[in-house]
Amino acid sequence: MPERTPPVVSIAGLTKTYASGLRALGRIDLDIHKGEIFALLGPNGAGKTTLISIVCGIVSPTSGTAVVDGHDVVRDYRAARRKIGLVPQELTTDAFETVWATITFSRGLFGRAPDPAFLEQLLRDLSLWEKRKDRIMTLSGGMKRRVLIAKALSHEPEILFLDEPTAGVDVELRRDMWALVRRLRERGVTIILTTHYIDEAEDMADRVGVIRGGELILVEEKRELMRKLGKKRLVLQLKEPLSAVPAELADWRLALNDGGRELEYTVETNGHGGVESLLQKIGDLQIGYTDLQTRQTSLEDIFVDLVSTRG
Amino acid sequence: MSIPFNRHGAWAIYKFEMNRALRTLLQSLLAPVITTSLYFVVFGAAIGSRMTSIDGVPYGAFIVPGLIMLSLFTESISNASLGIYFPKFTGTIFELLSAPVSAFEVVLGYVGAAATKSIVLGLIILGTATLFVPVEIRHPGWMIAFLLLTAVTFSLFGFIIGIWANGFEQLQLVPMLIVTPLTFLGGAFYSIDMLPPAWRAVAMCNPVVYLISGFRWSFYGSSDVAVGVSLGMTLVFLAVDLLLVAWIFRTGYRLKS
Repeated sequence: MPERTPPVVSIAGLTKTYASGLRALGRIDLDIHKGEIFALLGPNGAGKTTLISIVCGIVSPTSGTAVVDGHDVVRDYRAARRKIGLVPQELTTDAFETVWATITFSRGLFGRAPDPAFLEQLLRDLSLWEKRKDRIMTLSGGMKRRVLIAKALSHEPEILFLDEPTAGVDVELRRDMWALVRRLRERGVTIILTTHYIDEAEDMADRVGVIRGGELILVEEKRELMRKLGKKRLVLQLKEPLSAVPAELADWRLALNDGGRELEYTVETNGHGGVESLLQKIGDLQIGYTDLQTRQTSLEDIFVDLVSTRG
Repeated sequence: MSIPFNRHGAWAIYKFEMNRALRTLLQSLLAPVITTSLYFVVFGAAIGSRMTSIDGVPYGAFIVPGLIMLSLFTESISNASLGIYFPKFTGTIFELLSAPVSAFEVVLGYVGAAATKSIVLGLIILGTATLFVPVEIRHPGWMIAFLLLTAVTFSLFGFIIGIWANGFEQLQLVPMLIVTPLTFLGGAFYSIDMLPPAWRAVAMCNPVVYLISGFRWSFYGSSDVAVGVSLGMTLVFLAVDLLLVAWIFRTGYRLKS
C-alpha cells in the first residue's frame, strides 16, 4: 500500500554531529509515505529522537535535508511545521496552566484560529474534557501524557510524531492511544512512532525502520520483514541435560539452552533435513524429551538479532 | 505557501505570558507598590524634608522618575528573562522550537508581554507617587515615549539574559551585579550635578544616567544631559539588543543544538 503514494516526509543524506563531537546520525535516507504508520525501532541512544527532532525543527541538521510535504524543514519551516504534531518522550508540560489554556496556546502557536468546538471534541476523545479546568500539575502522569497528545493534535496536523508514546503508560491509556492512532490513520494522518515495545510496532506499523548507532540499518514493510527474517523454532525439553549437541545432529542448526535441558532447532526452509528427520534422529539416539513446542519469531526477536549481531 | 506572519502564534505567546502575571497578580503588583511607598516614606518624608529642592523640584517629587525607571529596569528584566528561561528549564521550549513561529513572533510575544507588564507597573508606581508627593508631567508625549522605549529595551535585554542563563542564579546575576548598581549610581536619587566634577565625568560613562535624565526631563523640564542625547542613547541600547537577539536566533545560541 505505501509504495503507491508520494513520500510525505523525505529525508536525504541527513547527518547530525552535536557540538560535543557526538555523532548522533550517520547518513540517513528515508521516505515516509502518506497515511502510513511507520515505526522507528532502535536501542537507547541510537538516534531516534535526534532524527525526529531534526524533522520537527528542534535540532539543526549538520548536513542533508528533510522535506515535509514538499517543504524543506529549514528553509520553508513555517509551512513544514504547521503540518507536524509532536508528542515528546519526556512529560514536559507547564505546571500552572489549565488543560484548556495549554491546548488553546498550542493551537494558536501553530498559527491556527481558535476553534473551541474542535478542541472540545479532542479533549473528549482523550477523556480529558472533565479535567479541562484543572491545572496540569495536579494531573497524574498518564493524564499529562494525554495532555501532550492533545497539544500535539490541537492544530490538526497531517503528520504525527510519537516519541516513545507508551513508555510508562498504563494499559488503559495504551489501548486508548492505539485506538486514537487508528482513527487518525483513517483520517489520512501519517504517523511516525518510536517505541521500545516491539510487539506494539508489530501490531500497529505498516513499515518498520531499525536504527542503530545513527545508521538506518533496515527499512522494510513489516509483513515482508516478518516473512524474510521470521524463523520457526522447535524447542525440546530434554529429560536428561546434554553437555553438547551430539555429533550425529550436526546437520541441523541446533542450540542447547537452559544448561543443556533445552534443545532448540531453528527451522530453515532451505537447510538440511527438517523437523521430521530431526525427531527421527533424536529418537534413534534415544534422547528423551518431555515436551515440544514450535514458535514463530516475533518482530522483537528479529529486532534483537539485528541490533545485537549485525554490522 | 508561506505565511509571512503568524499572528495567532505571537498572540498565543503574549496571552500565555500575561496570564502568568495575572495568576500572581497580588505579588507582582503589591510588592513593587509597597517598595515604592517605602522609598517615599524614607526619602520623601524622612530625609527629603531636610533636603533642599533640586532645580526647583522638591526632593520627594524629584526621585519619582528615577524610582519608576528603577522598577522599569528590574521588572522588565526579571519578567522577560523568567518568561523565556522557564520553558528552557522545564523543557516545554520544545514546543516553541517546533512551532511555525519566527524569531520576530517569539520576541513580539515574550518581550511585548514583559514590556506591557512593566509599563503597567510604572504607571501604578506613578499613581502611588501622586499620593505622597506633588508630581507634574511637563512633556507627557516624551514621558510615554521614554517609558515605552525603556520598557521594550530592558525587556529585550531580559530576554537575552533568559536565553543566556544556565541556572536561576545566573538569571539574577546581571540585574543584581550590573543593573541595580548602575541605577543607584545613575542619578535615580540625585542630580549628577551634585557630584564632584571628577565623579561627574565617571557618571557620564554610566548609560543609565542618560535614561533617567531623559525621563526626568519629561517630568520637570530639567535634566543632566540634553534630551536628544538621552533619546539617542536609549535607541543605541535598543539597537544593540536587537542585534543580539537577531544573532541568537540566527545561530540558535543556547536554544537549539
